[in-house]
Amino acid sequence: MSAAPETLAECAAALRAGAVTAVELLERSRARIAALDPQVNAFLSRTDDLADRAAVEADRLLSAGTPGLPALCGVPVAVKDVLCVEGAETTAGSLILRGFRPPYTATAVQRLLDAGAVLVGKTNCDEFAMGSSNENSAYGPVRNPWDLGRVPGGSSGGSAAAVAARMVPLSLGTDTGGSIRQPAALCGVVGFKPTYGRVSRYGLIAFASSLDQVGPFALSVEDAATCFAAVAGHDPLDGTSSPTSVEDPLGGLREGVDGLRLGVPHEYFGEGLDPGVRAAVEGALEVLRSLGATLEEVSLPTTDAALSTYYVIAPAECSSNLARYDGIRFGMREDRGSLLETYLRTRDAGFGAEVKRRIMLGTYALSSGYYDAYYRKAQKVRTLIADEFSRVFERVDAIVSPTSPVPAFPLGAHSDPLSMYLLDVLTVPVNLAGLPGVSVPCGLVDGLPVGLQVVAPRFLDARALRIAHAYEQATGWRTLRPASVEAVAP
Amino acid sequence: MTETLRGAPAMVDHEAVIGLEVHAQLLTRSKMFCGCPAGYVGAAPNENTCPVCLGLPGTLPVINRRAVEHTVRTALALNCEIPHFTKFDRKNYFYPDLPKGYQISQYDLPLSRNGHLEFSLDGRRVRCGITRVHLEEDTGTLHHAGDVLQSATSSLVDYNRSGVPLMEIVGEPDLRSAEEAREYLVRLRQILMYIGVNDGNLEEGSFRCDANVSVRPRGSDTLGVKVEIKNMNSFRAVQRAVEYEITRQITVLGAGETLHQETRGWVEARAATVSQRSKEHAHDYRYFPEPDLAPMVLSVEMVEEVRHTLPELPEARAARLVAEHGIGADDAGVLTATREEADSFERLVAAGVPARLAANWQVNAVNGLSNAHHVPLWESGLGIDGLAALLRLVDAGTVNQTTAKELLEELYLGGGDPGAIVRERGLGQVSDAAELAALVDAAIEANAKAVADFQGGKEGALQAVVGHVMKATKGRADAKLVNRLLRERLSG
Repeated sequence: MSAAPETLAECAAALRAGAVTAVELLERSRARIAALDPQVNAFLSRTDDLADRAAVEADRLLSAGTPGLPALCGVPVAVKDVLCVEGAETTAGSLILRGFRPPYTATAVQRLLDAGAVLVGKTNCDEFAMGSSNENSAYGPVRNPWDLGRVPGGSSGGSAAAVAARMVPLSLGTDTGGSIRQPAALCGVVGFKPTYGRVSRYGLIAFASSLDQVGPFALSVEDAATCFAAVAGHDPLDGTSSPTSVEDPLGGLREGVDGLRLGVPHEYFGEGLDPGVRAAVEGALEVLRSLGATLEEVSLPTTDAALSTYYVIAPAECSSNLARYDGIRFGMREDRGSLLETYLRTRDAGFGAEVKRRIMLGTYALSSGYYDAYYRKAQKVRTLIADEFSRVFERVDAIVSPTSPVPAFPLGAHSDPLSMYLLDVLTVPVNLAGLPGVSVPCGLVDGLPVGLQVVAPRFLDARALRIAHAYEQATGWRTLRPASVEAVAP
Repeated sequence: MTETLRGAPAMVDHEAVIGLEVHAQLLTRSKMFCGCPAGYVGAAPNENTCPVCLGLPGTLPVINRRAVEHTVRTALALNCEIPHFTKFDRKNYFYPDLPKGYQISQYDLPLSRNGHLEFSLDGRRVRCGITRVHLEEDTGTLHHAGDVLQSATSSLVDYNRSGVPLMEIVGEPDLRSAEEAREYLVRLRQILMYIGVNDGNLEEGSFRCDANVSVRPRGSDTLGVKVEIKNMNSFRAVQRAVEYEITRQITVLGAGETLHQETRGWVEARAATVSQRSKEHAHDYRYFPEPDLAPMVLSVEMVEEVRHTLPELPEARAARLVAEHGIGADDAGVLTATREEADSFERLVAAGVPARLAANWQVNAVNGLSNAHHVPLWESGLGIDGLAALLRLVDAGTVNQTTAKELLEELYLGGGDPGAIVRERGLGQVSDAAELAALVDAAIEANAKAVADFQGGKEGALQAVVGHVMKATKGRADAKLVNRLLRERLSG
C-alpha cells in the first residue's frame, strides 16, 4: 500500500510538512483521473487553468510558511456540475446547458477556493440532480469504483465515485432527497447533507429549492467536517441561508457518543431492506451501543407518506425552476421560427426523459384544480413529518438507520422509475424536515459498501458528525478500498 | 323573453361596474431582488442587468427592504390592513421578457388588503375599496423588428426593466363611470407621488392601469360578464376606453347577444377596444409559494416607523390650507396637486406673504410660467424665496400688480433680487396723491370724450382715463388711487 497522502487530513499534513507540494498533489490527482476516469466517468469537465494557478499559489503560501494557512490549502477538490464556477462550463448533466459558462461562482465553491482548495474539475451527475443512480446524466452514467458494472448511486454519483476512487480527497455534492448520502453509501465514502439553510445555495443550479443543500464527500468524517466548516455559514446572496452562527463541527468531533440516546426508527428497517444491509447496520448499532450510546426504538409513522410527499413537492418546484431553460438567453436553442415552436423544440431536445417526467408531474400537481389535492396536501404532510421528527428528538439525541435499503445495483436494474424512487425512502424524510444527515461506511455486503445514516435535529450538524466520527474511529471500514483503486498506482 | 326588451337597449337602464388594477414601479435605487439600478430610462439596452435579474441558473433573489417599506407606506396611505405575515409566490408562464419563466409576485397572502380611497367628484363623495396592494417584480421589454409584432421577423429583449420593484394596487369594482375611473386614477397617482413611492409617469409606463369593465341592469346586484382592458397609456385613454367599452357592452346586450369574458386592448388610433384573448385561453399561472424566499414577518414597530414617515395626504392638506389660511377650496385643490406645490405655498406664507395673495399668484401667474417653461417654481431661477420677496413688495404697495407680473416673467428663469431691481429702475409704485393729481388732471383734459361718456353713465369709459395715467407713469401708478382721484374730480 502506498504511503502517499490520500485523505484531506493526510494531504494537509504532508503539505505543511513539505513532504509533498500542491502541484504534486494536483499531478497525482490528474494521473488517477487519467487512469481511472475512462471507466468511471466521474468527471464532466476539468478546470485545469484554475487548478494550476491555485496549486502554484498554494505552494507559494506553503513555502513561505505563512501563519494561519487556510484549511484546504493545496488540496485537490472536485465539485458537482450543478455548482457554478465562473468561466467554467457548467451543465448540470444536461444537454440544455452544454457550453454554458456562468459569469459567477457558487458561494460554496468560492468558500472552498478561499480556503485554498485546488479545483480539479466538475463531476458527473444525474441531469439537474434528478436520479438515484447517475444513469440520468446526458453525458453517460458514472460507474461505481467498487464494481464497474454497478451504479455509484445518485444524483451526486460523480462526486462520490471521484472520492471513492481516490481521484480527489474531497468533493462537493448536493442533496435534495438523498443525493449525497445515498451515493456515499453506495461508494463507501462519507457524505454529509447539512441542515437546510446552513450552506448557501447561491450558484447551485436548482432542482427543488426548498430541499436542495450542498455538502461534502470525503474519506473520513473529520475531512467532511473540515470541508463543511469551510463552506457553511450565512450568505447575503441566499435569502434562505440561516443567519445563525455555525457551531464549529471540529471542536466537539472527538467527544464520542457515551451517554447519547440514539433513536432507531423501526419503519426504516421494514420491507424492502436488503438483509445484508440490515445485518451491517445492526452491527453498527451494536458498535454504537458498545461505545456508550443508548439505543431506543422510535417510531416515525409518516415515513411511508414521505416518498409521495417528496415526489409532489420536488417536481412541483422543479417544474418552475426549470422554466428558465427556454433557449432565449443561454444554453441550447433549437430555433424554429415561432416562439412556441422554439420553446417546444429546445426543451424537447435539451431535457432527458426523467427531467421531462418530473416537469410534467410538477406542472400537474400545481395546476388549477389539482393544487389542493397534491401540492397543498403535500405541504401539510411535510409539516407533519417535520413535527414528527421534532417529537422524536425530544426523546433522543439523534436517529440512526441505513442510508440506502440496498447496496449498489447493476446499471439498468431499475428501468422502472417508480422502483428507482422507492430507493430514496430512507433519505427523503430528512430533506423534507430540513435536518442534517451523514452517511458513514459501515460494512460490506457481497463486496459492496453499506452506509449508516446519522440524523440530528436542525442546526445540530456537529452532533451528527460527532456520532458518525465516533463510529468510524471504532471500526476499520474506512480503510477498505475499492479494487479498481488498488489496481492503479497513485 | 320579450321582443321589445331585446330590440330596444335604451329601454333597459344599465349601470357600469368598473374596477381598476394599477401597476406602479417603486422609486427605489436598486431592483426588487438584486443590486442593479432600478432606473432604466436612458440606459443602453441590457446595461442594468446581472445574473440575478437575467435569471441565470443558480442565482437567487434577495428582498429589497426599501421596496417593502414603500409598499407598506402605500398601504397605509390607502387605509389598508397590513398583516403580520406575508410571503412571495411564483406566477408561472413562459414569455421571453420573463427570464426565469416565472414572476415573483404575491398570491394569497399579500402585503396588505382591505383599504379604500375616497375622493370628491362633481360635489359627490366617491369611495372605492382597495382589495389589496402587493409587491412583485417587473418584466423586461420586447422590441420587435419593425415595431409590429405580427410582421416582425425578429425581436430583441431588453432586461433593464426586469426585476424593477412593482406594486400592484387592485381596486374593488366600486366605480360606476369612466369619469369616476379617471378621477380615481388621478387621485391614486397623486397619493403615490405625495408619499414618494412612484414618479407617476403614465407614458413611460412607471404607472400603468388595466380596467375591468362590466355592465348590468340598474338595480341588479349581480355582476355582468367582465372584460379586462389593457394598453391605456394616459388618463384620457382610460376614460375613453372605459366609455367605449361601456357603450359596446350595452349595445351587444341590447342586440340580444351575449358578452364573453375576455381581454381587450385599447387601440388609440381606432378609438376602440379590440379582443386580445378569450377566457378559454386564459393562463393557469400555477401559483405556489416562492421557495427561494423565506416568508416575511412585518413587525408592528416597522409598520409604525413607516407610518411615522407618511406625509400629510393631499385631501387633508387642502382642507387644512382652507381652514388655516382662508383660501378658496378650488385654489387649495390646485395648490395641493403635488407635494412640492403645496410646500411652495406654505413656504411663501411662512416668508410673510399673505395667504390669499400667495395662492392667487401661485395658481395663476406662476403656474402659467411653470407650464410654459416646463420649469416648476422650486427649480426656477427666481425660486420660492425670490417670489416671496416680490410678493412682499406687492403686499407693501411698493410695486403694483402690473409691474410685479412683468418682473415675475423677467426673473422667473434667470432669477434676481426683485427689491434691488425695483430700486435700480425706479419701478416703485407712484402712490403720492399730489403727484398723481396733476397727471389725473392732464388725463381728464386729454380724454374729453371718455370723460363725457363716463359722466353720461358709461361706467366702463373711465378705464381709458385711468389707462392714460398708467401710461404716463409707465404702469407704476397705484391704480386704485388713480381710480379714486378720478372719481372725486369727476363727481365733484
